[in-house]
Amino acid sequence: MKDELSTLQQTVLKDYKYGFVTDIETDTVPKGLNEDVIRLISAKKKEPDWMLEWRLKAYAGWLKMEEPKWPNVAYPPIDYQDIIYYAAPQQKPSLNSIDDLDPELKRTFDKLGISLEEQKRLSGVAVDVVMDSVSVATSFKKQLEEIGIIFCSMGEAIQNHPELVKKYLGSVVPMTDNYFAALNSAVFTDGSFCYIPKGVRCPMELSTYFRINAENTGQFERTLIIAEDESYVSYLEGCTAPMRDENQLHAAVVELVALEKAEIKYSTVQNWYPGDKEGHGGIYNFVTKRGICQGYRSKISWTQVETGSAITWKYPSVILKGDSSIGEFYSIALTNNYQQADTGTKMIHLGKNTKSRIVSKGISAGFSNNSYRGLVRASKWATNARNYSQCDSLLLGDRCGAHTFPYIEVKNNSSVVEHEATTSKIGEDQLFYCKQRGIDSETAVALIVNGFAREVMNQLPMEFAVEAQKLLAINLEGSVG
Amino acid sequence: MLLIQDIHAETDGKKILKGVNLEIKAGEVHAIMGPNGSGKSTLALVLAGREEYEVTQGRITFFGKNLLELSPEDRAHEGMFLAFQYPVEIPGVSTTQFIKTAVNENRKYHGEAPLDAVAFLKLMKEKMRLVDMDQSLLTRSMNEGFSGGEKKRNEIFQMAMLEPSLAILDETDSGLDIDALRIVAKGVNTLRNENRAILLITHYQRLLEYIVPDFVHVLYNGQIVRSGTKDLALELEEKGYDFIREESESSVSATQPENISKT
Repeated sequence: MKDELSTLQQTVLKDYKYGFVTDIETDTVPKGLNEDVIRLISAKKKEPDWMLEWRLKAYAGWLKMEEPKWPNVAYPPIDYQDIIYYAAPQQKPSLNSIDDLDPELKRTFDKLGISLEEQKRLSGVAVDVVMDSVSVATSFKKQLEEIGIIFCSMGEAIQNHPELVKKYLGSVVPMTDNYFAALNSAVFTDGSFCYIPKGVRCPMELSTYFRINAENTGQFERTLIIAEDESYVSYLEGCTAPMRDENQLHAAVVELVALEKAEIKYSTVQNWYPGDKEGHGGIYNFVTKRGICQGYRSKISWTQVETGSAITWKYPSVILKGDSSIGEFYSIALTNNYQQADTGTKMIHLGKNTKSRIVSKGISAGFSNNSYRGLVRASKWATNARNYSQCDSLLLGDRCGAHTFPYIEVKNNSSVVEHEATTSKIGEDQLFYCKQRGIDSETAVALIVNGFAREVMNQLPMEFAVEAQKLLAINLEGSVG
Repeated sequence: MLLIQDIHAETDGKKILKGVNLEIKAGEVHAIMGPNGSGKSTLALVLAGREEYEVTQGRITFFGKNLLELSPEDRAHEGMFLAFQYPVEIPGVSTTQFIKTAVNENRKYHGEAPLDAVAFLKLMKEKMRLVDMDQSLLTRSMNEGFSGGEKKRNEIFQMAMLEPSLAILDETDSGLDIDALRIVAKGVNTLRNENRAILLITHYQRLLEYIVPDFVHVLYNGQIVRSGTKDLALELEEKGYDFIREESESSVSATQPENISKT
C-alpha cells in the first residue's frame, strides 16, 4: 500500500511538462470585480459602446445569480474579488505578422510544441494563440481571407466585424444562461472568432491554443464559430498552464452556429494544470460550450479529451433545431490523483428526424472522481428523433469513483432513445497476462486505456490523436503500483 | 536452462508446493501430470512470477540467473513464455496491436530496434500458418469473443511470435476438441528444437500422444512423486491417479509407525 502511494505521488508533478512560467511583462488591471473593472477592460480593448453595455448587463445579471451546487464536485468557496480579470503580455500594439512577435513569447510556444512559424507548419493548421487575456498571434490569416474565411481574435472581430458579433454573440449561450457564462459575458477578454462563408470548405484545421501564464488571474475566453450554408470547418483547441499552488479559474464560453447543411467539428484536448498529487492547486475549469444546428441537415460534432484541471465542469451541447440535423459528442475524461470531473453533454432535439450520438469514456485513477452527466431531450415537435448514448467507465485501483447521471426527457411517441453504460476495472489478471508477454505495467495500462478510448480517439484529427494518446499515457504513469 | 530446487510456495497462507525439484535442459520436453489440486498450475504461475504466490523456500535458476529476483516481464524478456490455461480478454486492444507491443518490448530489452510495420506483418503471416490462425482474429480485440480453441491457438501463435527458450503450456489441451488439439500440437511440434525447452502441464495423457515428451513427472500434493519416460504417462492412463495416491499415502503411513517408535 505504501509503495502504491509513493508511485502515485510521482505522477502528475513529474509529468506535467507545461508547468513553467514565461518571464514577460504583463499589463494587468487591479484585482477584483466591479463595474469599473469591466469599464477598464472594455477601454483597454478599445471596444465600442454596445459591447460595454452588453458586458454591464451580463454583470448585473451575474450579481443576481448563484454558483451552481449540483455538480458532483467539491471545492472551497471561490473569492471572486481575489481574481485578476485582465492580464496581457506587453508587446507591440499591433502585429502584422508572427515575425513581429516578442521572441520570449515565441520561445514559450516553441517549448509547448506549438510552432508559430507559418512556413514550418507542414500539417496545415492555422493557429490563434491566446496568452492570458489576449490573443497574441494568428497564423495563416491571409490565406484564409482569400477564400472569405475570417479567423481572428474575438477582440479584432468586435472591431472589424461588429455586425456578425452583434448578431451571434450570446445567441446560443445567452448572457445569463448560467453563473459562469454570465461571469464570462461580463469579463471575457479574448478568444477566437471564425466565420466560414456559404459553400466554403475550410481547407485546414483551425486551432486555438490557450495558455494561462500570469499569476492570480482568471482566464475568460470566448469563442464564436459561424458556419454559413453548406460550409465545413474543423476546429481544434488546446490549453496548458503553469504549476501553481493556488487554484486558477478558467470560465470560457464557446458558441457554434451551423446553418443549412453546414458542419462544424470541434475538438478539444484539455490539459490545464491538474494540481499536485495531494490535490493542491490546479485549474478550475468551468466551461459552457454549446452549438446550435440552426439549419436543415446541419451537423455539429464535439470531441473532447479532458485530462487536465483540478475540476472540470463542462457539458458541450447541441441544440438540434433544424430538421434532420445531427449532433455528436465524443468524450474521454481522465482523472487521476485528486482531480474531479463532472462532464457530459446535452442533446436538445427540437427538429424532426434529428439524430444524436453520445460516446463517453471516463477513466478514473488515484483518488479521483469522474462523473458523466448527460441530458437527452426530445420535444413534442421532434418527431422521429433518435439518440444513442454509450457511457463507459474504466477504474484503475479501488480508491477512485465513477458515476453516471443520465437524464432522458421524451415528449413525443415516435422518438427512440437508447442508453448503454458499462463499468470495468483493469484487472490483475489482465496486467499479469501483459507482463508475462514482456509488457510492463505502465505500458500495459496505456495499451488498455488507449484501447478503451479508441472509439473516441478515432474522431480526433490525425495530428491531435497522436498527442492525445501520449497525453493519456503520461497522465496515468505511476497510477498502477 | 532451468533448475528448480526445493521450491515451497503458498498463497493466502495455504501451502501448495512443498519442495519441488526439477531440471530442464535445452531441447527437452517435460510433462508434469497430476490430479486436480496437486499444484501443477501453481508451479507454472510461480515460474512466471505471479505475485499472489509467495515462494517461502528454495531456489530457481534460469540460464544461471536467480529467477525469483526477476520481474514477470523480465522473465519473459529472458525467454520464458507461459501459455495460459485461461487466456484473458483485453477489450479494445487488437490482437495485432497486443502482439506487436509484446514483440517490440522484448526487442527493446535486447537492444534491438522495433520491427517496422512491414516486417512485423510478414512475420505474423508466417507464424499464423503454424496454428491455422484465422486472419480476422487479428483485428479483433484480444481474445474477446474467441472460442476456447481460438484462445488456445492464439496462445501458441504468440509463442511462435515471441520465440521463447522455455515454453510452459498450462493445460493447453483443456477444453479442446480433437481437431483443435491436433492443430495446437502441430504448432508446438513445429516450434520444438534443440535450443528450446517445453514444459507441458496436463491432466490427461491424451495431449502426450500428440506432443511426445522426453520426461514425465507426477506432481502430487505439492511434490514430484514419480519421474519417468512417456511410459509413465501410459501407466497413469491405465491405472488412474489412484495408484499414485495409494502409493504415496502408503509410503507415508509405512514410515509413520517407525517414526513413532523412534520417539
